[in-house]
Amino acid sequence: MDLKLDHRTEDGLTIVEVEGEIDVYTAPRLRELLIDLVNKGNFHLLVNMEKVDFLDSTGLGVLVGGLKRVRAHDGSLELVCTQERILKIFRITGLTKVFGIYASVDEAKEAHGKDK
Amino acid sequence: MATVELTFSALPAHVRTARLVATAIARRTGVEESLLDEVRLAVGEACSRAVEAHRAHCPGEPIRIELRDDSGRFEVTVSDQAPSDEIKPEQPLDLGMLSDPFATGFGIAVIAGLADDVEVFPSPKGMRIRMSWPAAPNGRLPV
Repeated sequence: MDLKLDHRTEDGLTIVEVEGEIDVYTAPRLRELLIDLVNKGNFHLLVNMEKVDFLDSTGLGVLVGGLKRVRAHDGSLELVCTQERILKIFRITGLTKVFGIYASVDEAKEAHGKDK
Repeated sequence: MATVELTFSALPAHVRTARLVATAIARRTGVEESLLDEVRLAVGEACSRAVEAHRAHCPGEPIRIELRDDSGRFEVTVSDQAPSDEIKPEQPLDLGMLSDPFATGFGIAVIAGLADDVEVFPSPKGMRIRMSWPAAPNGRLPV
């Protein structure tokens, strides 16, 4: 499956919907989207990974790159993910300590609202 | 011992094909369904690393994968022909260290965390990553 990307803004949070496989072939498209969003002043990003079938270290690198970019603007990049096979990759690499990971978009929005 | 060999050009689009082939053969070899995601990811990581290395050093050379059914183990060897950088799989995580194009040590760390058994052989003539998982002794598991 290819990669499908979409985004919308709700309550000051830019939600990036990702569907499909994030690997060495498709990750550049996600990188371009994240860079574009940051360049347009969107510094609070929530990446919804619930429809991601596959994620490798290239994809992790893109997410870390996005995090570095938003942090340069005092922003945030958090994730929605409940799939065990995807969470496992974050655990192996220690990235569960780097990203806020939520069970749903609503949960993330609520947490983001409290942080304001 | 049954062996499947695959060579492919150093293009990111081919990594997915390599993952699909490896997963299909792992299933046929009798690797448990619960391990197939790990096989898919580890083989993908090894191939991604090889593609990136070839694109930097020798884009015209092919990457080679051997998939072997060897006495109750499913063994995968990914070989590239790019000179290996120093490998530090035990590097502690440091956000500043992680580049967003690709972090070689990061990929190796993922493989080490996934494969049941991993050996990495770096050399000036290329890197070989051998990994294996338990499989049914006589191939496909009974249904």
